Amino acid sequence: MEYFNIEYISIATGFLLILIGIFGILTQKNLLKIVIGFTLFDTGTHIVMVSIAYVRGRTAPIIDETINVSDAVNRIVDPLPQALVLTAIVIGLGVTALMLAYILKLNKEHKSLDIASFKDLKW
Amino acid sequence: MLKKGIILAIVIAFAAIFFNLFSSFNGNTELSDLSSYYAINEPAQVGAANLVTAIVVTYRGLDTLGEVVILFLSAAIVSFLLKLHYNEQNDEERKNGLRPSSEVLQTATRILVPIIFMFGAYVFINGHLTPGGGFQGGAIIASGFVLLLLAKPEMKINHQLINIIESISGISFVLVGILGILLADGFLDNNLFGLGTFGTLISAGAIPIIYIFIGLKVGSELSSIVGTFNETQKEN
Amino acid sequence: MIYIILSVFLSLFILGMAVVAVHNKNVKVAIIAAGIVSLFSSILYLILAAPDVAMTEAAIGSGLSTVIFFYVLNKIRKNNA
Repeated sequence: MEYFNIEYISIATGFLLILIGIFGILTQKNLLKIVIGFTLFDTGTHIVMVSIAYVRGRTAPIIDETINVSDAVNRIVDPLPQALVLTAIVIGLGVTALMLAYILKLNKEHKSLDIASFKDLKW
Repeated sequence: MLKKGIILAIVIAFAAIFFNLFSSFNGNTELSDLSSYYAINEPAQVGAANLVTAIVVTYRGLDTLGEVVILFLSAAIVSFLLKLHYNEQNDEERKNGLRPSSEVLQTATRILVPIIFMFGAYVFINGHLTPGGGFQGGAIIASGFVLLLLAKPEMKINHQLINIIESISGISFVLVGILGILLADGFLDNNLFGLGTFGTLISAGAIPIIYIFIGLKVGSELSSIVGTFNETQKEN
Repeated sequence: MIYIILSVFLSLFILGMAVVAVHNKNVKVAIIAAGIVSLFSSILYLILAAPDVAMTEAAIGSGLSTVIFFYVLNKIRKNNA
């Protein structure tokens, strides 16, 4: 079956992780579980982006003594989405740290981690 | 009941979009045009053996500058939000509230932490030859810092030193970029120091220097974030 | 062929651990399950021929992120107790 190959399996895993992350963000009541949903969403997106770059039968984009310099076009996978994902992973950590700092401040005010108890902005 | 229905509708809508994307995805059989240009012209223009490093530092160097700014912003906001209010204590008083770590952890940390810092420095100095680079080396240095905090929870972190290292690294990174305008073709250009022999340590122009500054900056920022979170434990 | 079987196993583990992370009532189990998702996806990146991304995801996702979650959980428990 043609779909039984590495890039199809990885991209399906990525999309399913995004769906599980969205489900977690929308249904959970504990604030920490919502942040866990955001990290799962990030991880799924990165898997999708890296698996778009894969070319069958080729190897990592590093030119050492096994790959000739002039032959590199036919022997490596796509390096551009990998460079983008590198940046995105570090930014995801920065956003998670900020969300957790906000949770600490919110908890100091209200003494509870349930999202239904924050009614300050409701009309 | 209505809320559950709306949530299910949203998830099903996303699933329909993703199924459409999945069924129109064909695997690649060769590189796209832009990546073929990078693969053909990169050894002569940039001279780094690691193609992902060449793209992150040279071809898309402005994105790296933006990411460094975002990391700096998040570290600054975290340490501003969690400003602490406790009196100055010495080591003995601070040790009383925290559970002491075990003997095995303390002894192993004394051996492991210098090796982890050295490995992190190795990873970001050789970023243009082997897989690695500034961000990976910085994350490894921050992990060594976490091990140090786990073994000695009452350790007093010198935030002044971390801030000085981070600021000097950040300013030096921008200065290397501006030197590129003055002495070479453009901002963050690579031909600043001559391309050298392909595949050795001193090659690829300004890439090792830029990555050393990025590695120190990312390492000190992530250590500062973890250190701030650790200090909230001692607050009363 | 062995890589295809390995990637199928990894995908099943990743999805199983993600469901555990969302559905379990205990927050500590959920945080550790999110760390395991990051770890296994780092191995998946290695099969997809991306060693830089694998190194970054292993160090940041399953190292620093999990540690920060546990610091916050401990502080909240001390505040509310």
